[in-house]
Amino acid sequence: MLSNVGGRIGRWLNIPVSAVKVSSRLQSTLTDNAPIINLNRPIIGQMENLMDIGSRSIFSEEHDMFRETARKFFREKLQPHHFKWEQDGIVPREIWKLLGEHGFLGITSPEKYGGIGADFLSTVVLWEEQWYAHCTSPDCSLSSDLVLPYIWSYGTEEQKVNYIPKFLSGDIIGSIAMSEPAAGSDLQGIRTNVVKDGDDWVMNGSKVFITNGIAADLVIVVALMDKSVKPAKGMGLFLVEADTPGFTKGKNLSKIGLNGQDTAELFFDNVRLPKSALLGEEENKGWQMLMEQLPVERLKVAVMGQAYSMWMFEETRKYVRERKAFGKTLANLQTIQHKLAEMKTELCIGQAYVDQCILMHLKMAASGGIDHHQASMAKLWITELQNRVATQCLQLHGGWGYMKEYPISRAFCDSRVTTIYAGSNEIMREIIAKDIVA
Amino acid sequence: MSMRVLVGVKRVIDYAVKVRVKPDKMGVVTDGVKHSMNPFDEIAVEEAIRLKEKKIVKEVVAVSCGPTQSQETIRTALAMGCDRGIHVEITGKEYENLQPFHVSKILAKIAKEEDVDMVILGKQAIDGDNNQTGQMTAAVLDWPQATFASEVKKNNGDLTVTREVDGGLETINVKLPAVITTDLRLNEPRYATLPNIMKAKKKPIAKKTVADYDVDISPRQEVLSVEDPPVREAGSKIIGNTV
Repeated sequence: MLSNVGGRIGRWLNIPVSAVKVSSRLQSTLTDNAPIINLNRPIIGQMENLMDIGSRSIFSEEHDMFRETARKFFREKLQPHHFKWEQDGIVPREIWKLLGEHGFLGITSPEKYGGIGADFLSTVVLWEEQWYAHCTSPDCSLSSDLVLPYIWSYGTEEQKVNYIPKFLSGDIIGSIAMSEPAAGSDLQGIRTNVVKDGDDWVMNGSKVFITNGIAADLVIVVALMDKSVKPAKGMGLFLVEADTPGFTKGKNLSKIGLNGQDTAELFFDNVRLPKSALLGEEENKGWQMLMEQLPVERLKVAVMGQAYSMWMFEETRKYVRERKAFGKTLANLQTIQHKLAEMKTELCIGQAYVDQCILMHLKMAASGGIDHHQASMAKLWITELQNRVATQCLQLHGGWGYMKEYPISRAFCDSRVTTIYAGSNEIMREIIAKDIVA
Repeated sequence: MSMRVLVGVKRVIDYAVKVRVKPDKMGVVTDGVKHSMNPFDEIAVEEAIRLKEKKIVKEVVAVSCGPTQSQETIRTALAMGCDRGIHVEITGKEYENLQPFHVSKILAKIAKEEDVDMVILGKQAIDGDNNQTGQMTAAVLDWPQATFASEVKKNNGDLTVTREVDGGLETINVKLPAVITTDLRLNEPRYATLPNIMKAKKKPIAKKTVADYDVDISPRQEVLSVEDPPVREAGSKIIGNTV
């Protein structure tokens, strides 16, 4: 399996198979939580509400209990304040601390560094519950499940000891900076770079659309290290702390959705970084690290997109059963019923593929998890489903659906970005196609 | 320090569920309905665990009388921090007819058998709203009772309990062993963390039947009919001059 995955990544990137160091990030999964198919569990379509606890064969009773806890927490502690955060454009830092206190941050981190070494399925539960609760912020999954794994997968011992516990407590909010004003999908076209000066690195450049950018205490910055070779062979990831001289944050960018998440431009003006700021021991390994971690980011977008779509569906089902028109509820009209029928069908199909991908990610844990191809298909199809569902659910809410006080309007706006971020869906098609005709 | 506490955890229809009366009007629909731990029992569990964390209590035992699924409720109590569970399995018709009168006798037997110093129960369960089990358990055991507790403090060999009574708060002293029932403001129950959920999997739950405790649970009352609450009627408008 290892060579297979390595080969696939390698082929895509045109780098030799042996150069791809397969991540060890999933090897900390709880051994007694190895994937088991629990055949006696119902599928989502059988549940009274698609989000009801107790469905899906990939989960166990323990996951249900954790889901119960997470559901309660998000609904009681986050949801009531969320509308205010959307207006403020950011979530207060205390909320991160609260999440840390209750053990909801970085749950898959190794026990050696203060983590609890939870399995990937528990992380999935957290991702889903946050979106089932219509809490699109804070983006703790970015900090905990994308940024943090870079540190525990590739970091030096010093970096791990220094940063991991602070991520877990919510004292450090993490972010990762890839996109630039002139390089998004074309990540190899980035210009941010570092130049060696004695033992230090001096960084110059800028980044844009950086989630958690305003709040971030630590940013993983993708930069060119060696301009004499192809970008893929000369990139590095740097751990840049927020108070480093020369590093400034721009304004909180105004977006059409996901308004509780802060999104920023970052500027690096002769930022002097010590040798220890380079992630890992080796130079020029940045591109490979990114390529190893990107599939799970896309899987995450699919998992959350599916979860949010289910929430939108249930929100709409509730609405059409209450709203009266022509002397009856909307739910009595066949045209409405058929729309719901179509949506439920697609949602059940979507969940089936998402669950297959989650399972694949678990099964292939030892070789780095889900591959680019599958993750891209999940991201592509689910995010487009999400936008279809968002459009139709808003439509079924009529004029009220267009009002911001109705959560469906915000969900509609939140959904738009999903076909763009974590690799645009045009890029997803490229990745999927490459494997078909290779 | 060597105290042992028994907490009662009842599995009830979740507070957020809209309860529906069965077509035969002999009860409410429970099949396929979300259940969870009685919220007042969550407060009881929390209080017991806090006593354990303060090292006043050595062991917390959670007990539930009910169908197989009651084990999930016990598991939740274990995930919150209880040490072990006792499930007294009562199903079908017997469970439908089970009343505080019966449960209190079972709880009293267990309290004796486990040699506990304190029984902490919710002041009532949100399904039956009986508010009887705690009082009856104290009576069966012939122990002092401190009901509707909003604060519990250990005082040498006694407990100082603040009770929520009509019109204010009452502070009483009770000698141990005693039965306490919890009111809403006693504490805010914790969220079970993932490590504790994993640990709970390994904690023992003893499976028992009513026969083990030699308690007669034959019905003492008969349900004649269960009705929906009356639908709220429109109010009448009072038309008059504005002041």
